This record gives sequence, structure tokens and C-alpha cells, in this order.
Amino acid sequence: MAAFGIATGGSNWFSALALGVTLLKCLLIPTYHSTDFEVHRNWLAITHSLPISQWYYEATSEWTLDYPPFFAWFEYALSHVAKYFDQEMLNVRNLNYSSSRTLLFQRFSVIFTDALFVYAVHECCKCIDGKKAGKELTEKPKFILSALLLWNFGLLIVDHIHFQYNGFLSGLMLLSIARFFQKRHMEGAFLFAVLLHFKHIYLYVAPAYGVYLLRSYCFTANKQDGSIRWNSFSFVRLISLGLIVFLVSALSLGPFLALPSVFCLWCKPQGPRGFLRCLILCALSSFMFGWHVHEKAILLAVLPMSLLSVGKAVDASIFLILTTTGHYSLFPLLFTAPELPIKIILMLLFTIYSISSLKTLFRKEKPLFNWMETFYLLGLGPLEVFCEFVFPFTSWNLKYPFIPLLLTSVYCAVGITYAWLKLYVSVLIDPPVGKTKKQ
Amino acid sequence: MEKWYLMTAAVLLGLTVRWTVSLNSYSGAGKPPMFGDYEAQRHWQEITFNLPIKQWYFNSSDNNLQYWGLDYPPLTAYHSFLCAYVAKFINPDWIALHSSRGYESQAHKLFMRATVLIADLLIYIPAVVLYCCCLKEISTKKKIATALCILLYPGLILIDYGHFQYNSVSLGFALWGILGVSYDWDLLGSLAFCLAINYKQMELYHSLPFFCFLLGKCFKKGLKGKGLVLLIKLACTVVASFILCWLPFFTEREQTLQVLRRLFPVDRGLFEDKVANIWCSFSVFFKIRDILPHHIQIMISFCFTFLSLLPACIKLTLHPSPKGFRFTLVSCALSFFLFSFQVHEKSILLVSLPVCLVLSEIPFMSTWFLLVSTFSMLPLLLKDELLMPSVVTVMAFFIACATSFSIFEKTSEEELQLKCFSTSVRKYFTCFTFLPRIIQHLFLMSVITMILLTTMTVTLDPPQKLPDLFAVLVCFVSCLHFLFFLVYFTIIIMWDSKTGRSQKKIS
Repeated sequence: MAAFGIATGGSNWFSALALGVTLLKCLLIPTYHSTDFEVHRNWLAITHSLPISQWYYEATSEWTLDYPPFFAWFEYALSHVAKYFDQEMLNVRNLNYSSSRTLLFQRFSVIFTDALFVYAVHECCKCIDGKKAGKELTEKPKFILSALLLWNFGLLIVDHIHFQYNGFLSGLMLLSIARFFQKRHMEGAFLFAVLLHFKHIYLYVAPAYGVYLLRSYCFTANKQDGSIRWNSFSFVRLISLGLIVFLVSALSLGPFLALPSVFCLWCKPQGPRGFLRCLILCALSSFMFGWHVHEKAILLAVLPMSLLSVGKAVDASIFLILTTTGHYSLFPLLFTAPELPIKIILMLLFTIYSISSLKTLFRKEKPLFNWMETFYLLGLGPLEVFCEFVFPFTSWNLKYPFIPLLLTSVYCAVGITYAWLKLYVSVLIDPPVGKTKKQ
Repeated sequence: MEKWYLMTAAVLLGLTVRWTVSLNSYSGAGKPPMFGDYEAQRHWQEITFNLPIKQWYFNSSDNNLQYWGLDYPPLTAYHSFLCAYVAKFINPDWIALHSSRGYESQAHKLFMRATVLIADLLIYIPAVVLYCCCLKEISTKKKIATALCILLYPGLILIDYGHFQYNSVSLGFALWGILGVSYDWDLLGSLAFCLAINYKQMELYHSLPFFCFLLGKCFKKGLKGKGLVLLIKLACTVVASFILCWLPFFTEREQTLQVLRRLFPVDRGLFEDKVANIWCSFSVFFKIRDILPHHIQIMISFCFTFLSLLPACIKLTLHPSPKGFRFTLVSCALSFFLFSFQVHEKSILLVSLPVCLVLSEIPFMSTWFLLVSTFSMLPLLLKDELLMPSVVTVMAFFIACATSFSIFEKTSEEELQLKCFSTSVRKYFTCFTFLPRIIQHLFLMSVITMILLTTMTVTLDPPQKLPDLFAVLVCFVSCLHFLFFLVYFTIIIMWDSKTGRSQKKIS
């Protein structure tokens, strides 16, 4: 009984947070799911019933395989479990097949693979110091970070309602970031390379990885003032990294617009923290200026930003603006009536918690928001009321049904752009940290 | 309060769980001709909106009492009328007389679920938050944790948002009553409790403790002076609130009698269906319903009920205290549940509410009881296809309680509030030191049994000759648990502080 007691005792808050959100994900099983559900069912069918040579050619369904090969292998592995739930879902011709067992299997596969995300969060918590910590558990940065990541609103509604597999992919990314903080660069690079072959959207942050690894890993030491010491270059390291292939692609304008920050990473290395900021900037720039961007891509920037938010007040402020507007921009994804209370309540939960807990953490420094930012964030409330509750009952709804979407996009774009600019400025003007004592 | 944002988070979490559970099926979904409680509530909206008040409780060509006739007091009828009024704006087909029978649609389900959520948000949840904020001698963090655990109690969520009922209204009013009376707002508290009784007559299970506590307060103030004034004021409040609620039905004697007949169907027998009380469990061995005549059954039930709750009530009258009041609520409600007439399995919620209120005082036993109370409703939940939400909410509740209160470290005699009792027993049996260990082992056995029975009920088919085997087993096992808890709570009440305090003074 004592052992049981220790296992479930108050000291194991991390398990409680992780288990709690997992149970919430189980409760979200019967919610609305988008066409992405059929996409993944189709990929299960393709990888299970066809030979490899046909995987990228099969076009019975409109949702052809358009993720890199690792993801195809992932679906293949899943399909071997799927056959015990419902054999029919693996038939390529069963378009839009969604029996209750299929639903159960698919939903559980997302919940189960989130285990990697939980592990990654656990590792990230090890990387932040508890200098600002009070004695109180709820005021410790580790607790706040775990809550902000594990219970992230965007991830919950995109993965567990809309239906996608961003959980374990984000887990891979966060894990590689954590490895950099822990100075296990080879592992970090390997994880990122693996991630790239799961979902190519992560190419957008590849410049950050490339430059950081080259500058801070291949060059093993800095001069006194933090500038590069050319004779410390290690070929061994470069080649070992080269063995872990990473591609730098110019698929869109996005990465180019992040180039100044990438140069910054080279000229003024700031260790893993600087790398993280650069990564976030790459992700955000690609979101803002990239080609064929989905609104869900905002998660690429929001999740790593959580790590910075518990460190400095300035970062916390940027994080909150980015996250709140980014999450609100996901609202149009869930347009069905039964899901309306869920998205509003969960959004309120995450927003109120994140703002209040970070405010409490940084209460000794100047306030997190100025009046303009406060006004802007509060404006989201009336905007939602108008778009969701007032407009549908007006006469304009028939003539201009796109107005709520337009207003949402424009309003959130302001916030996200503002956050992007603020982050950019803070990256460019921050002094370099040559001696890595603080990290 | 400081950390208000954590309390807000707890409430929002409670709301999330409630709404996600409501996405599942409801009682009688897609099962003509009778459907279930969901259809009953819709039908009451139809009746109260379309027919004049005088016909609500009477059998007529427009109102067939055999098809879900109204059998709750007038406040439920008024609430249904209010909901029907809103329904008329959205879609009159939902409440059209006769033609809306068995109406089922996604939009209608959304509407009905929304009415439950709104009622909950207005009445029950604020009461819980206020109760936890007013708790004494515990830290803010513990207050928030208590609120979270109470809001996550699976039994109420599954019945209200799954099966479909409005228990949160009557329990919420009762909780406001408890709050009022515990903090010396006696008149408001009595008013709130009267509203609770007039919403669901089952709240009468709580009436004796209210009566004894208030009477005790009057005695304490002195029946010659302030006490008498208080007594008169209370009596007036109760009478006035009843008159207000029943006004349309007091115009004719026949009206009043008919409503009473609908509320207290004594003809329906000792028990109906499978319920985890003594009579149903006893009838496994001894078919009491068939052997004994009707009036003897009523008398036996009456005697047992009152014998089991009398000691606690007398003590409460003589030594009124908020703590004694809470525990007496538990034991009284439990006595009624175990021994009373025509008890339904959902009535366990009337016991669960007071147990939730003592969660912070005896976390281990309260958590155990609340888990068993949810388990006792398993056959009902399975019938409504609520297995997944049941399992998930029970696990969530258990994790919340275990993490918030470290329940497994709180099994000593002191923490189980059995210190006085054990000391008394040790006067005769000096070796009586093993109580905590026994209780820990019993808990383990209990959990294993519940998990086993649940698994068996879900996966296996019962034998042909005994089609109700699993339901009966669940009821029987739950009944044994409840008897154990009745003894436990009665011991706490009877061996409570007064003796303990005097002992401390002496030593």
C-alpha cells in the first residue's frame, strides 16, 4: 500500500498531468473528425494491401500519399495492428469507411503515439532551471512548462478532434531540441533527420539546425569575445553530421526571410537557447510567408516557444500573444455545433491558465503586456461572439458567408505578425552569450 | 482569492468533462416505443407547454400518464415549461403535442444537453465553488483540489450528462441549503432546501438532518427566547416556500392529492428493477416481495430506516455542529437508500453529495465510497452504452483524488477519524491495533472485485438460466459495501469530538 501511495502521491504531478490529458483525449473520441481521418485510413489501406512500388502511385482515393517514406512505414506498422480492429478499413476501395471500430483504432493510435510527446516534454523539463521557482509546486517553471505543453489547446483540437498525428512528430522535434540543451548534438541531429523524413514541413526549420550544428558543434571552441575560432574546426564532427543527412531546401520564400536570424545564429552564437529562438523564427517565417501553408502549421512555432516562455519575461509575453492568437486562428477548423462548447471551454482553460501562471511566475518583473496588447487580446472575445453567435443570424450571412473567416484571419494575422516582429527584434539585439555558464 | 485562476481552471475542466460525456448516447436512444429518461424529459416539456396546469398531473386523452407521466414535484414541471418555451423558438416540432413523441435528432440532442449544462452552471457549480472556498483550516491549493475532485465525481456527470437527468438542480439547491445552514444563514438555507425538495421529492432523504440541525440550533439559543423566534421564522419560511411552489395545485383538494399520489407511488412495491439496497439483495435468498403482504413490507421498511438513522439524528439535535450535520446527512441518506421504499439506483447520488462534502476530512474513505457509488450504477450505465466515458471518468476521478490528497498515506486511525472509537475498543480488547491494515486490505479486495465484475459484465454472456446474474452480483456487492460504510459513518458520528475533546482536556 505504501508503494502504491508513493506512486500516486502528490510528488508525481507529472504523471498526473500526463494521465489526465490522456483521459481527456479518450473523452474526445466521439467528436467530429475531418477528412484527414479518411486520409489516414486510406494510407493504412495503401501501405497494407499494396506493394511498396505502388504506394506513391495509388490513386483510387483523392487523398494520395504525400508524406515522406518514414510516415508511410509508420502507417504500414499501424496497419498491422489495425487488422485486429476491423479488416475492412484496410481495403483501398472502401472509401470513407468509418465504422466504430475504425474510429476507435484511429483515435487510439493518435493517443498512443503521443507517448513520445510526453517523453519529450519530460526531457524538456530537465533542461530548464528552477531559479525563479517558489516553494509552491504550481509556481515552478517545470510544472508550468509541462502544463503548457501537455495540455496545449492547439495540439488537442488538431490531433484529437480534427484528427492528425502532430503529437509524436512534435515530440520528435522537442526531443531533438532537448538533446541540444543536454549537449547530445549527434542524437539531436539524428532525431531531426528522422523527423524530416516523417513530415517534410519541418524543412522550414532546417536552416536553424544546419547553422547551429555547423557553428556550435563543428567549431568546438570560441574566442574570448564569442566570435569564431577557425582553427577549432573539427572535420570529424562535420563528416559525422554529414552522415546524418539533412537537406536544406528552398521550397518557399519563408526560410529566406528567416535568413538574417540564421546569420545571427552564426555570428553571435548563444548556445542552445539561441538555436531555439532561431528555430522558432524559421517556423514562424515559413508560416507567414510560405506556400500552401495550413493553419495547423502554427503549432510548429507555438510548441518550441513554450520552452522559452518559462525562462524570460519578454519571451513569455511574446509566447502568450503568439499562442493566444495562433490558437484562436484554429477555431474555424471546428465548425460543428457539438464541438463549439469544447473549443471555447478548452481555449479559455488554456489561455487563462497560461496567462495567469506566467504572470505569477514573472510577477516581480514589469507587467507582461502593455495596454495595446491587452486590448488586442481581450478583443478576441467580442470577435468570437460576433463571428459565431451574432453574424450567423444576420441577413449578411447569406450574401457574404466568408466574413467571419476573413475577420478571424485578419485579426490573428495582426497578432502573429506582431509576435514575429518582436521575436525577431529580440534575437537581433540580444547580446551574445559567449561563455555558456548560464546555459 | 489568490490563485483564482487555478479554481477557474478546475471549473473549466469540470465543464469540459461534462460536455464531452454528453456527446455520447442517452437513456433510451433509438429504442421505441418507450425510449427512456431523455424522452420523459422531452415529453414533460411537451405536456407543460401545451396543456393547462390543471391537467399536468392528471390522466386524460391528451396526457397519458402511462407514457412517462409527471412524477416529480411542481418545480420540475416549471423548469420543463421554461425549457419548452425556449424550444418553441428554435423548433416547435420538438414539443408539438402528440406528434413529437419519440422525436430524436442531433439538433434536439444538442438543445437538451445544453439545458442540463446551463442548469448545472447556474446552480450546482457555483455552490460547489463557494463551498470549497469557505472550507476552514485548509490551504488554497487543497480547496482548489477539493473543488476539482467534487466536480469530477463520475456518478453525477454520467447520470446527468449521459443517461440524462437534472440531478444537478436538486443537488445544487440542497448544497446551497447546506451552505446557508452551516454558516448561520438559516432562513436562506431553509428556503434553498425547500426548493430542492420541491424539485425532486427524493431530497426528503436529506430532510431529517436539516430538521434536527435547525431544531438543535433553536434549542441551543433557548426555546424561551431567541430559539423560539428562530423556530417560528423557519416554520414560516418553509410553509411560505411550499405554498409558493404548489400554489396552482392548492386550488382544489383533488389536485393536491393527485400530485402526491404521483410523487409517492406506494402501490409500486418495495423495489423496482435491480438496486443496491437491502431489500433487493435480500430477495436473492428470500423473495420478500412475494411472501409478505404489502402493508407489512411498508412497516418493516419504515422501522429499519428509522432505527438506523435515529441515533445520529438525536445526537445532531442535542449537539448541533456543521461537521456533525454533514456526517449525519451521509448516514441518513444512506439509511434511506438501504432500507427505504421504492428506491432507484440513481438515489445513491443523494448520498454521494454529502460524501463529496467530507472529501477533505476523510479523503481515503470518501474516495472509496464515491468509486463504489459509481460502480453500483454499472448496469444502468452499460444499458445506455456509456462504458467508455464511465471508465475514463472513474480513472480521472481516482487520479485527481489520489494526487490531491495522497489518499494512500492517510489510512491511520487518526486520519480515518476512528481514533476515539479504537481507543474505546482497546479498553476491552487491548490487541485492537490492526484497524488501518484491515481497511487497506479491504480496499484492495474491493477494487479488485469491482474491476473483475466490470470486466466480466462487459465481456462475458450470463448463463441462460440466470440472465440477470451480473446485475444482481453488482447490486449485492455494492450493497455489502454500503452497509460497511453505514456502520463506519455511524461510528464516526457517535464517537465524535465531544468525548475526544473532554479526553484531551483531562490528559
